[in-house]
Amino acid sequence: MSTESMPSSGPSDTEEMTVREAIRLAMQEELNLDEDVFIVGEDVGEFGGVFEVTSGLVDEFGEDRVRDTPISEAGFMGAAVGAAATGTRPVVEIMFADFLGVCSEQIINQMAKNRYMFGGKTEMPVTVRTTEGGGMGAASQHSGTLHTWFAHFPGIIAVAPGTPRAAKGLLKSAIRSDDPVFVFENKAMYEQTGDVPLDEDFTIPLGTANVEREGDDVTVVATQRLVGESLELADKLAGETSVEVIDLRSLYPLDTDTLVESVDKTGRLIIADESPLSYGTHAEIATRVMENAFFSLDAPIQRVGVADVHIPFSPTLEEEVLPDADDVKAAIDRVV
Amino acid sequence: MVSIDIETESGQKEALRRMLTIRAFDTKAGELFGDGELPGFVHLYIGEEAVGVGACSALEEDDYITSTHRGHGHCIAKGLELEEMMSELYGKANGYCNGKGGSMHIADVDAGMLGANGIVGAGPPLATGAALTSQIKGEDTVALAFFGDGAVAQGQIHESINLAATWDLPAIFLVENNQFGEGTPVEKQHNLQNLSETAEAYNIPGFTVDGMDVTAVYEAVKEARKRALAQDGPTFIEADTYRYRGHFEGDQQPYRTDEDIAIWKENDAIEQFRKRLIDAGTITESEFDEMESEISEQVEAAAKTAKEAKYPDPNEAYDDMFNASVPEINDFAQQMRTDGGEDR
Repeated sequence: MSTESMPSSGPSDTEEMTVREAIRLAMQEELNLDEDVFIVGEDVGEFGGVFEVTSGLVDEFGEDRVRDTPISEAGFMGAAVGAAATGTRPVVEIMFADFLGVCSEQIINQMAKNRYMFGGKTEMPVTVRTTEGGGMGAASQHSGTLHTWFAHFPGIIAVAPGTPRAAKGLLKSAIRSDDPVFVFENKAMYEQTGDVPLDEDFTIPLGTANVEREGDDVTVVATQRLVGESLELADKLAGETSVEVIDLRSLYPLDTDTLVESVDKTGRLIIADESPLSYGTHAEIATRVMENAFFSLDAPIQRVGVADVHIPFSPTLEEEVLPDADDVKAAIDRVV
Repeated sequence: MVSIDIETESGQKEALRRMLTIRAFDTKAGELFGDGELPGFVHLYIGEEAVGVGACSALEEDDYITSTHRGHGHCIAKGLELEEMMSELYGKANGYCNGKGGSMHIADVDAGMLGANGIVGAGPPLATGAALTSQIKGEDTVALAFFGDGAVAQGQIHESINLAATWDLPAIFLVENNQFGEGTPVEKQHNLQNLSETAEAYNIPGFTVDGMDVTAVYEAVKEARKRALAQDGPTFIEADTYRYRGHFEGDQQPYRTDEDIAIWKENDAIEQFRKRLIDAGTITESEFDEMESEISEQVEAAAKTAKEAKYPDPNEAYDDMFNASVPEINDFAQQMRTDGGEDR
C-alpha cells in the first residue's frame, strides 16, 4: 500500500539525512510556507532544543516564531491551545514525554475536547512534538514511552515515525492538520539516517502505515526504533524466514487495512512497540487484527514491549527491560 | 456584538439592560432547573452582573474572553443570543454547541467568547494564548480571562500570568472574588488580604475594585486594555462581588446564612446602578419598568423556543471530533449498534 503523496510535478530528489535533520527540515519548510506557524517550548530557541532538533531555526525565523518559554508546561501548553483556537498554528515541544503529565489538564480537558464540546465550531491546529524512549541512561523520569495514553484519548491524533522519511512526512501533515496531533519521536532515533524527499509538498497522510519490507512468513508491525531494528533482523533472516516489516507510523487513527492485508498473507503477527505491555498499543493492534483477520491467523499474536516496569538507570537494568531485535527474533521463533 | 460605550447615556442604558438580562436569564434558568426541565447542572451568575457587564463594556467586538463554570453572564455581557444559549441549556440541536456543551461549555468563538469552562483555573492559559495570537498577528485586540477566587489557588493560572507578563502579552486577568470557592470561603483558601496582591509576584499592576459597581469595573478594565494595546503587558484586576445563589443549583449552602446574603444585597449592583441612572435623569422609573418587562418577555420567549426545539439526532454524537475524517469513529459506532449473535 503506497501512501505517500508525491506531487507529479516539482523536485522529486531525496537526500540522506538523520531523523533530527528530517524533523528540522519539516519545521523549517512549514515555518516558511505559513506565517501562522510558530514553535514554542523550553530551550527551543538559541539553545536549539535539548536534542538540537530546533537548532538554528531561531536565527532564521526570530524569537517571535521560535519562542523560548519558562519551565511551565501547563502555561505554554494552555497558551498553545488558546492560540490555536484563535487562528495560529503552534508547534509545541515537550522536552520529554514524561512531562506531559504536568500539562495534561490543558491537553485532556481543553485541547482534545474543545472542538467536540463546542459543536464543531472551533479548530484546534496544535502540533505537539515530544521525545520518548530509553537507551540513554536517563532513568525513569526521562525515558518513558507514553503514547498509548494520548492515542487512547478521544480527540487526539497520535503518530510515531519509524524512519527519517516518515518523520518528515508525518510532521508536515501534523502541522498542516486542523486537529491536535501528537508526534512521538524516539530519542534513540535522532541519529538514524535514511533517504528523505526534499519536496516541500511531500507529506504522509495521518492514519497510514507503510510496508517497509515485504515478506511471506510473518508480519512484524513495529514502531519507532524497533522499525529499523526489525528491518535489519529481516535482512539477517532472509533465506531462512521471510519477514514482512510494517512501520505503523500512526497510532490513532490506526491503519487496520494494511495490517489485515499483511496478516492475510503471512498468517502470523508480531507487535513490537516500546511501551508497557498491559492495556496498551499492543492490545489495540492485536484486537483490530483479531476482529478483522481472525481466520487468517495461523499462530497466536506475539507482543514485544516493556514488561510493566519503569525504565531503570543502570545500564545492565536498562538493557534488560528495553525491547530490541533479539526480542523480536525470539517472538518470531515462538510462532514460525 | 455591539460594544457599549458606558460613558454615554445610551451606553449606560445598554449596560443596565445587559445586567437585567443576565439576572432574568439566570433566574429563569434556576427555575427551569428546579422544575427538572434542564439536564446536568447549572451555576448561576446572579449577584455578579456588574463584573461581566462592566468588563465586557470596556472591550471591543474582536476582543476575546474566557469564562468559568458561571458563564451565562459572560455570554450575555459579550452579546451572545438568548435563544441559542437557552437551547444549549436544554441540550437542543439549535444551541450554541449543538447540544454537546451545555451550561458549562457555551462558546461562540466568532463573538470572541472562547468558552465557559468546567475546569477551575483552565481559562487563563487559554486567554494567554488568544493574546499570543494577537501579538503574533499584530492585531489590536486583547484577551480577558474571567476566573474565580477559587482559581487563584490553581497552579496553571500563575504559569499563564507569568508567561503573559514575561512576553508583554495583551491579556487581562480578572478575578471575580465572589467570596467562595465552591463551598469554601475565600479566607480559608488564601493567605492574601486582597487577591490582587498576586500581581506583585509578576511585576504587573494589580487593583481591587468594587465588583458591585459596574462603572468601577469598566474603568479598571478600560485602563488595562489601554496598557495591553500599548504593549505594556497584562493587568491583574480583582473585582469584589458576591454570589447570591449556591455554587450550583440545589447547593444546600451550609457555609453561609441568609443574613450574610442580605448584607450584600443591600449593595446590589443592579439596584445601585438603576438608582444612579434615575437620579441622573438618564432613565425614568417607567422606562426602567418597561425595559424590565421587555427583557422578561425575551427570556420567556427564548425559554419557550428552547423547550420546543429539537434534540440532536443521536447520530450527531459521532460528529465534530475532528476536522479530518477519522473512519474509526463511524466503524466503532456501527459496531456498537450491530445486534450480537450474527456470524462474522
